[in-house]
Amino acid sequence: MQSAKDANAPRLHILSVLVENRAGVLTRVAGLFARRGFNIHSLAVAPTDDDRFSRISMVVDVQSAPLEQMIKQLDKLINVIEIDELAPQEAVSRELLMATVSAPPDVRSQVIELVQIFEGRVLNVGQESVLISLDGSPQKLDDFERLLRPYGIEAMQRTGRVALPRLHQRTSLQIVDDQVS
Amino acid sequence: MKITGKTNGGSALIQSLENEGVDTIFGLPGGAILPVYDPIIDSPIRHILVRHEQGAGHMAEGYAHATGRPGVAMVTSGPAATNVITPLADAYMDSVPLVMITGQVPYAAIGTDAFQECDTTGITMPVTKHNFLVTEAQDIPRIVHEAFHIATTGRPGPVLIDIPKDIVDPKNPRSAMEWYEPGPIDLPGYKPLTHGDPALIREAAELIMRSERPVIYAGGGILKARASAALKELAELLGIHVVTTLMARGAFPDDHDLCLGMPGMHGNYTAVTSMQECDLLIALGSRFDDRVTGKVPDFAPHAKVIHVDIDAAEIGKVRIPEVGIAGDCRLVIEELITAVRDLGAPGNLPDRQPWNSTISGWQETYPLAYQMSEPGELLKPQHVLETLRDNTPDDCIVASGVGQHQMWTSQYWKFNHPNTWVNSGGLGTMGFAVPAAIGAKVGRPDRMVWAVDGDGCFQMTAQELVTAATERIPVKIAILNNAYLGMVRQWQEMFYEERYSEVYLSPDLPDYKMWAEAMGCVGMRVESPDEVLPAIEKANGIDDRPVVIDFRTDAREMVYPMVPSGLSNSEIVVGPGQGDGGH
Repeated sequence: MQSAKDANAPRLHILSVLVENRAGVLTRVAGLFARRGFNIHSLAVAPTDDDRFSRISMVVDVQSAPLEQMIKQLDKLINVIEIDELAPQEAVSRELLMATVSAPPDVRSQVIELVQIFEGRVLNVGQESVLISLDGSPQKLDDFERLLRPYGIEAMQRTGRVALPRLHQRTSLQIVDDQVS
Repeated sequence: MKITGKTNGGSALIQSLENEGVDTIFGLPGGAILPVYDPIIDSPIRHILVRHEQGAGHMAEGYAHATGRPGVAMVTSGPAATNVITPLADAYMDSVPLVMITGQVPYAAIGTDAFQECDTTGITMPVTKHNFLVTEAQDIPRIVHEAFHIATTGRPGPVLIDIPKDIVDPKNPRSAMEWYEPGPIDLPGYKPLTHGDPALIREAAELIMRSERPVIYAGGGILKARASAALKELAELLGIHVVTTLMARGAFPDDHDLCLGMPGMHGNYTAVTSMQECDLLIALGSRFDDRVTGKVPDFAPHAKVIHVDIDAAEIGKVRIPEVGIAGDCRLVIEELITAVRDLGAPGNLPDRQPWNSTISGWQETYPLAYQMSEPGELLKPQHVLETLRDNTPDDCIVASGVGQHQMWTSQYWKFNHPNTWVNSGGLGTMGFAVPAAIGAKVGRPDRMVWAVDGDGCFQMTAQELVTAATERIPVKIAILNNAYLGMVRQWQEMFYEERYSEVYLSPDLPDYKMWAEAMGCVGMRVESPDEVLPAIEKANGIDDRPVVIDFRTDAREMVYPMVPSGLSNSEIVVGPGQGDGGH
């Protein structure tokens, strides 16, 4: 196997995988990971603006196998068109969390306040609980989840992260200038 | 058949196969594939009716091994589809180009647990390079074209096409379609590699020019890329020795001075040790299989590695190379030849005389050897193989099953031509030999085809000799009958304190001679060393039906050399008479 990895290297990497939008493609991707012993941390799939293609955003655990092997094996799938590895610092990633939180009338305002601080939303209110949503970076969702937990989370679903490459700050004109000089 | 205009999916399928140049289909009909069998009657394609679908798959593999062209098999749905899993997995492991067509229940019935339904594309996904479930008749010409393209390009492999009955049945309106010639391939996610990166080729060439102890580690990719001639040119130009893996036997001629033969667990001492001691390992179309490397951290410990493979995922999978070149083996070797010439080859090389002397020293000290048996004693399998080798044409095609007989065949045969060795390497499929030999003979009727089989293997697929006898496919089968599952017995003898658990098969049950005759073959039995040659000569003279010879061999004989599983290749154990004590 590969040589020992840098202990400080991030364990989770984001792969943005453009695939043909066909029946069974997700099975091929998931099956490949299962049979090669690669771990998927989270997975999100949806069609792109071009409905011939879907984009799979997957967070993979590079302790289970070298990232390079994962990418090369994925690339062999006929329906996989393009794979971008998004280094965590090079990606903007978002995730959606929905939760039903226990919120009887005496603490309801505290829960709602927390939602407001995090710029989340209250979607539905019942006698004893509220249904809320929050989108943001996975780290923000982790923090939110930790603060909600003491109130009692009755049900929760997170989507897994989706990501696209971070845009560079410089304008294209500046890049041209750099190349000239 | 030449169809135009309005047609149906079934006729279009057969027409598409004809257009791909298919001359033979190995198969067996059944309910779901029935409509496709009707147009076969009017097609010039030869259909070979097998006795078990597994046989169809292995025949298609044998055909592909012997010809380099894709093998084609066709079976029905459900149990037929599950019966071809083994050949598909075998072809996937050994990168054999194969197109497998399976029938499926009508499209509307999929998912209802219909009679003879199974999720064929789901089941075969991990053992195919790609598979298709065709949903519309109109897609058939395009998908068949794509299937052949995928099976035969890049790293070859098996492709399965699953076809629901309704789209091929002319009685069903869903089968109606307009014939068309498929356009250029449009697979945006499939771009097989070809040329190597010139900068990496240059780097590799520089390593080669500096190396004092280089060895070429040639794998099955040489054969798949039709790179034998290029390999020979490279090896001769630089005077570098070549080991040929189990999958590459014949890719470089065994009678060549630079050929070291097979490396690995049962490789010869020189092939194994030259890899261990080299300073540069040039891996061409090989994949550092565990049977070659032994314990990976101790494999070729002093070597820098150049790894050329068409499958980028193989590069660095097991061993990180100093230079990894993803590309077609033939093209990359040709590019390497140009690059080393630019650096002054064949001149401008370090003195490799000490290394070459070391190699010839090993060859003299550690030859392959065995003790000949006396008249009246059981045969030595190696003696049978040497006699067979010396009394068959140089371009004879040899198939084998899996086990001791396979290792002895690979060790003792002299493979001097590409595509003469038909063998199950990666998957290790017992029962491969008989159907694979039949497929090879169908593909190369001009060649003599022998299968060397074990008695255990033979019992797994022998029924296909009925197919061979019916179809007048004159293959010859040499059973090395030691009445045991020999390789398992060897491991139990060496590693399980001679506790023989469930490995005894009996030499007489079944009676192989009678069984062969019952299947329409000529059957013979050979029990004494002096009968070996006459039996082989008699078999060689028979060309109108298959021949089976039951050679009674000595069960105590073991395959040596051997690197015990999990150990370093430096701990190779040589057999009696194979060196001065060995290790």
